Amino acid sequence: MSAPRERLAEQGEWRRLPFIGDARLRWLLALGVLLYLVLALASISVNWARVAEGMSRGLNFLAAFAQPDFVSRRSDIVNGLLESLTMTLTSTVIGVALAIPVGLGAARNISPLPIYLVCRGIITVSRTFQEIIIAILFVVMFGFGPLAGMITLAFATIGFMAKLLAEDIEDLDWRQVEAVRATGASWWQTINHAVQPQVMPRLIGLSMYRLDINFRESAVIGIVGAGGIGATLNTSISRYEYDTSAAILLIIIAIVLLCEYCSSHVRRWTQ
Amino acid sequence: MLTLRAVTKRYATGDLALNDIHLSLPRGQVMALIGPSGAGKSTLIRCVNRLVEPSSGSIELEGTDLTGLSVGRLREVRRVMAMIFQEYALVDRLTVMENVLSGRLGYVGFWRSFLRRYPQADVVEAFRLLERVGLAHALDKRADALSGGQRQRVGIARALLQDPRLLLVDEPTASLDPKTSRQIMRLIRELCAERDLAAIINIHDVALARQFADRIVGLRAGEIVFDGTPAELDAEILTTIYGEEDWGSVEGDEEGTADDSTPANTTPAPLLAVGGER
Repeated sequence: MSAPRERLAEQGEWRRLPFIGDARLRWLLALGVLLYLVLALASISVNWARVAEGMSRGLNFLAAFAQPDFVSRRSDIVNGLLESLTMTLTSTVIGVALAIPVGLGAARNISPLPIYLVCRGIITVSRTFQEIIIAILFVVMFGFGPLAGMITLAFATIGFMAKLLAEDIEDLDWRQVEAVRATGASWWQTINHAVQPQVMPRLIGLSMYRLDINFRESAVIGIVGAGGIGATLNTSISRYEYDTSAAILLIIIAIVLLCEYCSSHVRRWTQ
Repeated sequence: MLTLRAVTKRYATGDLALNDIHLSLPRGQVMALIGPSGAGKSTLIRCVNRLVEPSSGSIELEGTDLTGLSVGRLREVRRVMAMIFQEYALVDRLTVMENVLSGRLGYVGFWRSFLRRYPQADVVEAFRLLERVGLAHALDKRADALSGGQRQRVGIARALLQDPRLLLVDEPTASLDPKTSRQIMRLIRELCAERDLAAIINIHDVALARQFADRIVGLRAGEIVFDGTPAELDAEILTTIYGEEDWGSVEGDEEGTADDSTPANTTPAPLLAVGGER
């Protein structure tokens, strides 16, 4: 098999080895994918009349952005925002605090197998369900309002942070850990002296990132009754007050941008 | 002080890294462990402080059997055998002083180390050691801001702060240039003499091993194939350890390094100069 390639290479004929060796299989796969794509697209039925009608409504909505109304629902907006920001901050702090032990437990290189399995289980449960589904559950359990929202976001934060933290710990420079262990350090001292310095910048960066995810999510879960700016937004849309909706969306955009700007600064500073 | 009896290590992958090793190291002896890559040198010294668990055999340090110690007792024993690593293994994001002080982790409790409130005597000793290795000025620098040779000095200071009686040294010069390598080896050698420390030094560079060790042990495929003085190590034995090669150049190198070592006996100071680095 290799001999002819070597002979060809001798004459300057060389091509990179293909990812899939069998040429027939390669073409068959490509053709299959293409066929599936065409069939799948054909199966989507589009009601063009409805689209035409909806276009103008959509345009109305967009046009509202030209004249956002911050004033007439001012107190609702301010209350919603404060609620959202409170929810965001508390849920991030609680979520990160709970995610650290789970993340440590879910790193295979520093945890015994039983603890590892339990912590991975927690992560899986938290990551399987999208925030909205969890929010619906907690709204049923705790009633409408920001408490349900806060618990939802904290729960989602645990899965997100613990998974990424555990992966970071599994990737760390093991020699540094060995060196600290060789001094006779206990398990906690090793975590504090060898693991923490290596993962801290990423932990801070991820927390900042999660902070702005939580703010955005707080707007979404408000729609299912978990309080915050999302609830205000939902009310304004159902009342066809698109100018107020536009104002709320603009504020959300501004806050997300601000978070993004701050978090990139913090990340650079912690490197 | 250290005795290995029938130590064998088989990794989970099935590779036999060490096969029936018998070795005894008296107090104050500097022993170089040479051999080709994969011969089991690193595994051997890691079995001693149990970073790697030996599969069978016994390792005795000053009368204590190290195999099968509980976690708490292991911690106490690890304090007296300090390790110096290839590529330094400093914690990059900690400062030089934090790295050196981490040598005391086996002695202090968690909260003291967490708050970096080490006993005053430890701090005094840490600073004295930093001065000794010529890095007192780098006290608060981050470890990753130092050059290779400087990092290895910090690694040595960390090891000595443990107040060990045995040094386990794993390829101390593998990532250093020839001059820095010699300075580091000389420093280790001097410190061993000052404190009457025994040392096992894994080293690739046969010329350095000859120059700085009292005794050389050759390892090949997990077995000891040579155990003797540097003078007894000739081309024939090198062939046994490493395989067929023209060893004339290594022996010639020895003469070149011999005069290199003479100034050290008279003036140990230059090796502490760090101005030339970085």
